[in-house]
Amino acid sequence: MKTILLSIAVLCCSLLLISATPDAYAPGSKATDFKLKNVDGKMVSLADYKDAQGFIVTFTCNHCPFSKAYEDRIIGLHNKYAAKGYPVVAINSNDKTIAPEDSYEGMIERAKEKKFPFVYLYDESQEIAKTYGATRTPHMYILKKEGKDLVVKYVGAIDDNSDDPSMVTKKYLENAMDEILAGKEVSTSSTKAIGCTIKWKGTK
Amino acid sequence: MKFPFSIFILILFISGIQPQILNAQPKIVKFSTIDSLLHHRSDSLLVINFWATWCKPCVSELPYFEELKKNYSSEKVKLILVSLDFKREFESRVKPFIEKNNIASEVLLLDEPDYNSWIDKVDATWSGAIPATVVIAGSKKMFFEKEFISYAELENIIKPLIQK
Repeated sequence: MKTILLSIAVLCCSLLLISATPDAYAPGSKATDFKLKNVDGKMVSLADYKDAQGFIVTFTCNHCPFSKAYEDRIIGLHNKYAAKGYPVVAINSNDKTIAPEDSYEGMIERAKEKKFPFVYLYDESQEIAKTYGATRTPHMYILKKEGKDLVVKYVGAIDDNSDDPSMVTKKYLENAMDEILAGKEVSTSSTKAIGCTIKWKGTK
Repeated sequence: MKFPFSIFILILFISGIQPQILNAQPKIVKFSTIDSLLHHRSDSLLVINFWATWCKPCVSELPYFEELKKNYSSEKVKLILVSLDFKREFESRVKPFIEKNNIASEVLLLDEPDYNSWIDKVDATWSGAIPATVVIAGSKKMFFEKEFISYAELENIIKPLIQK
């Protein structure tokens, strides 16, 4: 009897552990909206973009060499796809005590320096990065409006060469974006990339 | 007079070459090298740490890997540090970093920019964030997408796996 009770207890505990692990967004997931502070001091939600058909959401930051290497390409993505209904929404979720450069003030400075044409939002509580399941910077998500939902269509990398844009052979995100705009299914909807870890509070 | 001079040269030569004997020279490799390491099956324990010079959490855990190498040098533990620095920074950044920090472990710079093509081959659960560490002991493979926060934490994983 004791063993049965014990195994039930163990089973319950392990089920609890499994359910406590939040699921990272994958293609097909319904994404949550948020209300985060932009570098201009205003609060921004995806719902504010009435005319958008979707979004290119990027979890990025100021200090990470990969984020820096991709800044100009992210600006290029916004310039290419915002007019087609998919603006870039950049989010920094890093803890400033671990990465001081990634403070809100640092974001304002970086956005000015690079003349970001898109919003750059501060996820100070890190709730949005956790909900989306972002782990590294830059970590990209394409969201598409379907009725009242925001459906994840693509998760992952921008392309296949972070260091040298001239050596890129696979534009993973642009391919996905072009398929979405053409009304097609996204053929490669999930990719991986090396990146800096998101600096979680209390990990150091 | 000629004889002592040649000994002098010999001593210079030996003292100059010694560090190169002790430390395997850092190399630039393709994924096939890492892939064969991942399929390494022997009675020795293999620890592969993915890092980069610009990655702060990677750099702060490096001393624990170095200490592991030092403490288990007589046992069958093989330690490889796979640098994900950009290839163009191999001479200007990676090599000076290794020298400055006296890294004794073998360093391989992985030049394979299409990350998506190989991350899953290292481990399907890896998101691509670094540091990340693979431990292979016989047929057993363990994967850690995390920073080790102490030497003890790392040693506690390795110690039970070492065949006495």
